[in-house]
Amino acid sequence: MKKLIKSSFIKTLPVMAGYLVLGFGFGIILENNGYGVLWALAMSAFIYAGSMQYVAVGLLTAGASLITTALTTFMVNARHLFYGITMIEPYKKSGKLKPYLIFALTDETYCLVCQKSEMAKKEYLTQSFLISLFNHIYWISGSVLGALFGTLVSFNTAGVDFAMTALFITVFVEQWKSTKNHIPAIAGVVFSVICLLIFGKDTFLIPSMICISLFFTLGKSVVEKGDAK
Amino acid sequence: MNYTHSIAIVAVVALVTALLRFLPFIILNGKRKTPEIIVYMGKVLSFAIMGMLVVYCLKGISFSAPGSFLPELIAGAVVTLLHVAFKNTLISVVAGTLTYMFLIQFIF
Repeated sequence: MKKLIKSSFIKTLPVMAGYLVLGFGFGIILENNGYGVLWALAMSAFIYAGSMQYVAVGLLTAGASLITTALTTFMVNARHLFYGITMIEPYKKSGKLKPYLIFALTDETYCLVCQKSEMAKKEYLTQSFLISLFNHIYWISGSVLGALFGTLVSFNTAGVDFAMTALFITVFVEQWKSTKNHIPAIAGVVFSVICLLIFGKDTFLIPSMICISLFFTLGKSVVEKGDAK
Repeated sequence: MNYTHSIAIVAVVALVTALLRFLPFIILNGKRKTPEIIVYMGKVLSFAIMGMLVVYCLKGISFSAPGSFLPELIAGAVVTLLHVAFKNTLISVVAGTLTYMFLIQFIF
């Protein structure tokens, strides 16, 4: 168990760096808009969705309607539907851990738990739980610290959010090397770029998801041919 | 600030986010075996998602000025090359991020 805690912790180090800083930034913005440390704590504990929390600050300060809030959240977070679909098999038979594993499935946690592992199922689930929990703690700590001490920080942290992009790139590279069939990965990139160009950066995710799903469903035989090569 | 309304907003964001995370498990779960098409989708989607996420992170770049795409391009290349070479996530992420910070703070 001790070994598992240690290895899970090491896996989360890149996320720790990113979450502490991004959470800190979130805490500062929240504080600057008149919402103090309790709001930071509650939002990071109960919403626990990085980019959406930044968007939520805008909704709060604008006093957005609840319908607008629900729709915006749906648009920004719809990609989580995809995570669920891919995690149904890995998270099967996870028992009591399951509700938390699903609740805490952020982009970054997904990145760390979706990677194929040779370990036994039970061990994998415990590790996934620890990774989810560690990441959640980093995120909450970052936002609380940001709300408390944000005004005291003077060094320039611009660009540190690239850590998340970098993490996604490393997972992309690892997945690419793990298989000979590159059609799914290429499809993900190509359809997203096309939809980004057509729909613009604020609304392209949902059209991308629809295109990708249609492509995989209708082109199943073509996609699976890539496996045979 | 209207306290009640603010709390309601936070609650709605939390609920919709959780709903999106739980929905696939609620719909496709139960004791029965996962349908073959979902197993297939789960497998191929996991590759496509990561591509989509990378594009999502880089959505802000534009080719109007060198400073609005070169830092991402160079730092992204650093991450990719290091990761192909060493396969150590920490090294790739730290080096890539420092490169990016240096580029946007001092060069562009």
